[in-house]
Amino acid sequence: MSVGFAVRAGAFVLAVGAIALLPRFISDFRALQLGTVAIFFIALLGLNILTGHAGQISLGHGAFMGIGGYTTAVLTSDFGGLSWEMNDLATVPIAGLVAGVVGFLFGFPALRLAGVYLALATFALAVALPSLARSQKLAGITGGSEGIILPRLPPTGDWLYYVCWSFALPMFVLAWLIVRGRLGRAFRAVRESEIAAVSSGISLPLYKTVAFGISAFYAGVAGALLAIPTTAIFPDTYPVALSIILLTGVVVGGLGSLAGMAIGALFIQFIQTDGPQWLQAVLDRVGVDINETAPGVPSVLYGLLLLAVLLTARSGVAGLLARGVSVLTNRIYHRPIKRQATPSRREA
Amino acid sequence: MDGQLFAQQVVSGLANGAVYASLALALVLIYRTTHVVNFAQGEMAMFTTFVAWSLNNRMSYWPAFVLTLAFAFVFGAAIERVVIRPVEQASHLTVIMVTIALFVTVNGFVLWVWTPDLRDFPTPFTGEPVVVAGVFFARHEIGIIALTVATVVVLWAFFRFTKLGLAMRAAAIRPEAARLLGVRVGWMLALGWGFAAVLGAIAGMMTAPLRLLDPNMMQPVLIYAFAAAVLGGIASPAGAVIGGFTIGVGINLLATYVDFVTPELELPVAFAVLIGILLFRPAGIFGRVAARRV
Repeated sequence: MSVGFAVRAGAFVLAVGAIALLPRFISDFRALQLGTVAIFFIALLGLNILTGHAGQISLGHGAFMGIGGYTTAVLTSDFGGLSWEMNDLATVPIAGLVAGVVGFLFGFPALRLAGVYLALATFALAVALPSLARSQKLAGITGGSEGIILPRLPPTGDWLYYVCWSFALPMFVLAWLIVRGRLGRAFRAVRESEIAAVSSGISLPLYKTVAFGISAFYAGVAGALLAIPTTAIFPDTYPVALSIILLTGVVVGGLGSLAGMAIGALFIQFIQTDGPQWLQAVLDRVGVDINETAPGVPSVLYGLLLLAVLLTARSGVAGLLARGVSVLTNRIYHRPIKRQATPSRREA
Repeated sequence: MDGQLFAQQVVSGLANGAVYASLALALVLIYRTTHVVNFAQGEMAMFTTFVAWSLNNRMSYWPAFVLTLAFAFVFGAAIERVVIRPVEQASHLTVIMVTIALFVTVNGFVLWVWTPDLRDFPTPFTGEPVVVAGVFFARHEIGIIALTVATVVVLWAFFRFTKLGLAMRAAAIRPEAARLLGVRVGWMLALGWGFAAVLGAIAGMMTAPLRLLDPNMMQPVLIYAFAAAVLGGIASPAGAVIGGFTIGVGINLLATYVDFVTPELELPVAFAVLIGILLFRPAGIFGRVAARRV
């Protein structure tokens, strides 16, 4: 076992300990927010496997979250002809599987689409799905525009926090295992060069659909968990904006970095709730008053920060941190840099 | 089949289609000049329509219309110069995300400044419906179709007969050769974005009277425009226009005559069309299949 692995494992154990103890020191409201952060964290892990590792863009992950959310809502509520009335936490893995299967199937058309076209198709999915949920034809399942009310009352912050993080941490470990193993290596090969990947015996259809499936599974779990605190879901619970914000979180957190997704999730949550006040606090210094409660301010912040990351630091916050931290960790353990041995001159 | 209903639905489909065609043409213009699929095109159009709304409160319709087009041109060109140019050489993924960032920023900015209220937007084409052979056609619909056709003809003439148009085409097709011949390629690309924003502004100002003006107004229109552009072949201007009219009329007729297609299902149908074309004829009807270099 290498020193690097020990350092990472140690950091993970510390993080788990901190996450377990944190609710003792914060208000219930903050715990609720941090529970939502765990939900975004799960969704971002999945999107990162797809976009960061397999190199396939998705502007439609909000739709996969929606599929997960609706699965949970249908299975738990006594709505319509289908009244299973299951326990909501028991439905979360099922929601993940349903979304995963849909994602896997969506991977087949996605196979033939590259770059721009894939972005188009996934974006259209995100726009089309809320209308599909709103449709009267499907109202028997989705509740149409009235949506579905879930049986659970609004949970306390601590409850949501512990539930969501109990899902998030194992799924983080799972994502890490996927990414560092054979599967992750194949994904990265597909990302770097499809032709080289095929030449090395990697089946594109298999790995692309599997990448879509895994990532939709994560999104489905996240969508199901998101349905629980909202207590009722509507077509607009999973809007186009959600898909776009997820992508923002992945890029800001750092494409390819799993731990960076925690930063991405914090970014998503707190730009939404606290970002406008922070901006106002900064602008107060120069005496500018923005109407910080206006509805569009978080979007402007998301957009401008995403733009800033794309134009200046494409590896995201995780990339910046890694650069900073490596200065320190290099003193603790040294990663041998494999240099090409200088070719010895052959004496003639 | 009721002939009157059919004729009315075709014309109103053509009117919707005219809007899709304008926006699709904007997408194609940008795709041809900078090889970017601009996800922010709809939001840029929506933003300029809000500008037009504010101008309309201060002056009559046509001066506001012209001022808006001028504003849209400068806005589009500025976007190219400021945010697209730095990522010119970057990967597809990065460029797409930049346009997504624009999408979010512009949408949020409009919500911030104009609030999410629904607003009425005036149409210049008012008056009694036009009656042809006993069938009534709304004047606004006829107006949209005429305006779009006129715009397309002007644009075509510009690219075909003017020196600037030639330079822009040269810059799009062979940037290096164009630069050697003294074409300022960077500015030509910015002009392309400017013209696209103008087309978008027209699409926005024609859509707003049909629906109500709100910050999410152009998102479904963008999907129809994507479907239109892909149907025609994403690099083909004529294809985009024909694709736009086809999608407009097709969706309208489906909604009228197929019971299953309710108004909520129109977008999913467009989505299915989009996926279908991408799967079975990715180059579109008028596009050429690009050989991929191994």
